[in-house]
Amino acid sequence: MDDLIADFVAECREMLEALGGEIVAWEAEPDDRARLDSIFRFVHTVKGNCGFFEFPRLEALSHAAEDALADVRAGRRHPDGHLVSAVLAIIDRIGEMIAAIDAGEEMPAGDDSSLIQALAPGAEGIAAPATATVVEGQPRAASAPRTIRLSVELLDRVMSTVSDMVLARNELARRLRESPTEVAVDGAFERLSAIIADMRDAITRTRMQRIENLFVGLPRMVRDLSAELSKQVLVDIEGGDVELDREMIEMIRDPLTHIIRNAVDHGIETPADRLKAGKREIGILAVSARQSGNQILIDIHDDGRGIDGKKLVAKALDVGLLERDEAAKLNPREQLALVFEAGLSTAKEVTSISGRGVGMDVVRSNVERIGGIVEVDSKLGEGTRMTLRVPLTLTIIPALTVSIAGQHFAIPRSAIEEIVRANGESVTLEHLGGAGMATIRGRRVPEVSLSEILGLTSEVDENDRRLIVLRPAGGDLYALSVDRIHDHEELVVKPAAPAVMATGLYAGTTLADDGSPILLFDPAGLAQVGGVKLETQERSARIAEGKAAPVSKSTAVLLFRALDGSRRALRLAVVDRIEEVPATAIKKAAGQLRVQLGDAILPLAGASDAEFGDGKVRLFRLNDGAHEIGYAFAEVIDFATVDNDIIHAESPGEVSGVSLINGEPAEIVDGHWLFANYVGAVAQAADQLVCRLPSDDPWMQNMLRPIVEAAGYRVVGDEHEGDADLVIAPQGREISGDASKTIWLRPDPDASGKKDESIYRYDRAGLLMALKTAGAGRGK
Amino acid sequence: MNELLLVVTIGGERVALPAAAVESVVELDTLIPVPRAAPHVAGLSALRSRVLTVIDCMRSLELGTSDRSDGIREAAVVEFDGHHYALIVDLVEDVVEAMSDAQPMRAVMGDGWERVSLGMVDTETGPLLLVDVAALIAGAADAKAA
Repeated sequence: MDDLIADFVAECREMLEALGGEIVAWEAEPDDRARLDSIFRFVHTVKGNCGFFEFPRLEALSHAAEDALADVRAGRRHPDGHLVSAVLAIIDRIGEMIAAIDAGEEMPAGDDSSLIQALAPGAEGIAAPATATVVEGQPRAASAPRTIRLSVELLDRVMSTVSDMVLARNELARRLRESPTEVAVDGAFERLSAIIADMRDAITRTRMQRIENLFVGLPRMVRDLSAELSKQVLVDIEGGDVELDREMIEMIRDPLTHIIRNAVDHGIETPADRLKAGKREIGILAVSARQSGNQILIDIHDDGRGIDGKKLVAKALDVGLLERDEAAKLNPREQLALVFEAGLSTAKEVTSISGRGVGMDVVRSNVERIGGIVEVDSKLGEGTRMTLRVPLTLTIIPALTVSIAGQHFAIPRSAIEEIVRANGESVTLEHLGGAGMATIRGRRVPEVSLSEILGLTSEVDENDRRLIVLRPAGGDLYALSVDRIHDHEELVVKPAAPAVMATGLYAGTTLADDGSPILLFDPAGLAQVGGVKLETQERSARIAEGKAAPVSKSTAVLLFRALDGSRRALRLAVVDRIEEVPATAIKKAAGQLRVQLGDAILPLAGASDAEFGDGKVRLFRLNDGAHEIGYAFAEVIDFATVDNDIIHAESPGEVSGVSLINGEPAEIVDGHWLFANYVGAVAQAADQLVCRLPSDDPWMQNMLRPIVEAAGYRVVGDEHEGDADLVIAPQGREISGDASKTIWLRPDPDASGKKDESIYRYDRAGLLMALKTAGAGRGK
Repeated sequence: MNELLLVVTIGGERVALPAAAVESVVELDTLIPVPRAAPHVAGLSALRSRVLTVIDCMRSLELGTSDRSDGIREAAVVEFDGHHYALIVDLVEDVVEAMSDAQPMRAVMGDGWERVSLGMVDTETGPLLLVDVAALIAGAADAKAA
């Protein structure tokens, strides 16, 4: 509300300023129609807004002036000196009041009736005309935020210029890389880059608009709708100050409107039905927005009758969307998700409000088109919650660059599910009647070849290609085979020319770092042109579900073949991602092998000197939350779980033990040891004892746990009841129990003071000593 | 009426483009093909960090394909409907002044020429066909559909 008032005040001030000259001119020439009109517009605007804000005095004044001026405009009255003076006096008073509102003060006390009476025909003038010009020079309240209005076109132009600047910078960066430059030039360029990045951020923010602009019309819409349907609905709006790209706001306007119409029409019951169901007569529709990372979440929640999943299933069976055996397998969330299928509506009657079952499918495809997701959750009889998740901005898209027949293309990352090698262990590629079919870890997805879609000849053998599993907006999974995958990039995407868009394959164009144009694919268009039937067989895969917490014993690991040929496994949680680098990016520096990944130089494990030759090296990027290291390997074998016991190694080393994985022994790589040895600054390093580790601390679970287990402890989590022989906790954490049996770990190598008895978390020797001491202590 | 005209050669014929529509004349070196696009779209190129959609005028007029064997083509850069295009021509000659308004051609021209013609203008070097940039960009496919 405060913002609306601020807008109102700003608008009035602006009009008053513009009026300043008009007023004087009108005074001199009361018959001037144009002047009269602009003054009339001003009082009219003020009157309109006042009704909304409940400023009765302002309203009475502007209303009176408007009436008098309307008479003049209609020719019922001649603007004499008295009238002009009276109107000017009123405008003055309005100016004073607005200043008071702006400063947040109480309305100045006073009676306006004399001013209003002065408007009456034949009344004596009471205000000196000379005061009219005071408005112009009125001092602004110092505290008011200074704002100006800009046209959207101008902003768009600035935005596009900044985008061009980013591209120009990229080109300059390339030229600088190609030619030998001085350090000073590089430094200046770095600085320029940083400034441009800042500027891009700032200008992106100027395009941001409060989502309030979208929400402000909702109460009215709901009021009209509920009146039409004889329902009572209260709208509760929250989070109007969340900011979103202007363009994005326009894109979600329709889907949001549609969802709200549905909620009022189908969700909320009539007052009589609500009373019968034991609810309040008035239904509540809560709309809220919040930001989460680089996404905006918009929740639309009604306390109506909810969606009946079983009815949806029955309807879907009726219209042939589902097979009976498929239907039986759907879980409640999947049943609800049917609401987004085309041609389904549980409403008994078709109403003029939300139509007939066309709609939610359109809502979903519209939201997905802008890289968003729409989810539904509902309890029968209690209400429905729809959640829209949309990205913050449209113009800068994270994308993956791929190549086919030597030409580069980009694919929006939001559509990519996963990337596999066509000849990987868990992937088989078959051709059935000319159609490609990829089976990836037991899941069948149609496969299309990018080279076929584009009519290009690929020189890469089919089995050496990569498969990108894509989920286009409003469609289902398919695998796209490409020759090679290059890089993740943030691309400034611009619309392509109509002749290019007409192909249906592309979403836009952009410039790569090297200055050459790259086409951005539209994954849905590719599927369409590639002849993939976008059907609904993969319904269950669409729902983003939280996976059940992994059972403690079976740890997910990544099975791979190391460079020396041994079969090894790494805990999956430690692996950030897989990278491929040219062998030249690996150098021996400062006493150990290091690999350059983008701007970062990481220590490289898993390899000794000069094993690489000239080709590409694949490596895992490991992350313990604070540091990263690379781990070179030959090939990924599979994802697996360690179900069998781990036989711990005798002495600490890269391999902490062996276990049977998928029927063959594999060495378990010790993440803790890797980080302890590769992330510098290391202070060089029974019967079942129980050790308690915080179960919500991934570092503890993934790094520390193997060591503690190797030291002969049985590891339990926070929820473990009964005594533990030892508790390990991060420094500063509150724990219950005997502190003498606690090992505190600190993240920094240096102790913070003499009394600090914590152990640096990569001080392996210290840790082992503490573990031993604790064990011996119990032995006594 | 002294409109400035850019005289270019397309398919061996000297024609005029409205000079006001032409931003610059460039030599294209890189050309990234756009698979599946209409045949007259020769590809994409970049000019000062802008993406240009390259139109092969020969193909647009259904006169065959421009010879690109030497790798460098002269092109006129135009902006149309918010997009930048590079029109590949055989040769860019000169800018001349129009001596008359465009007159309708009464003789029958080839199909392609008929579609892009805005009429005939007189210049110092004789009459020239004035070509509609928008029609060149639209190409043959659109004209057939219309």
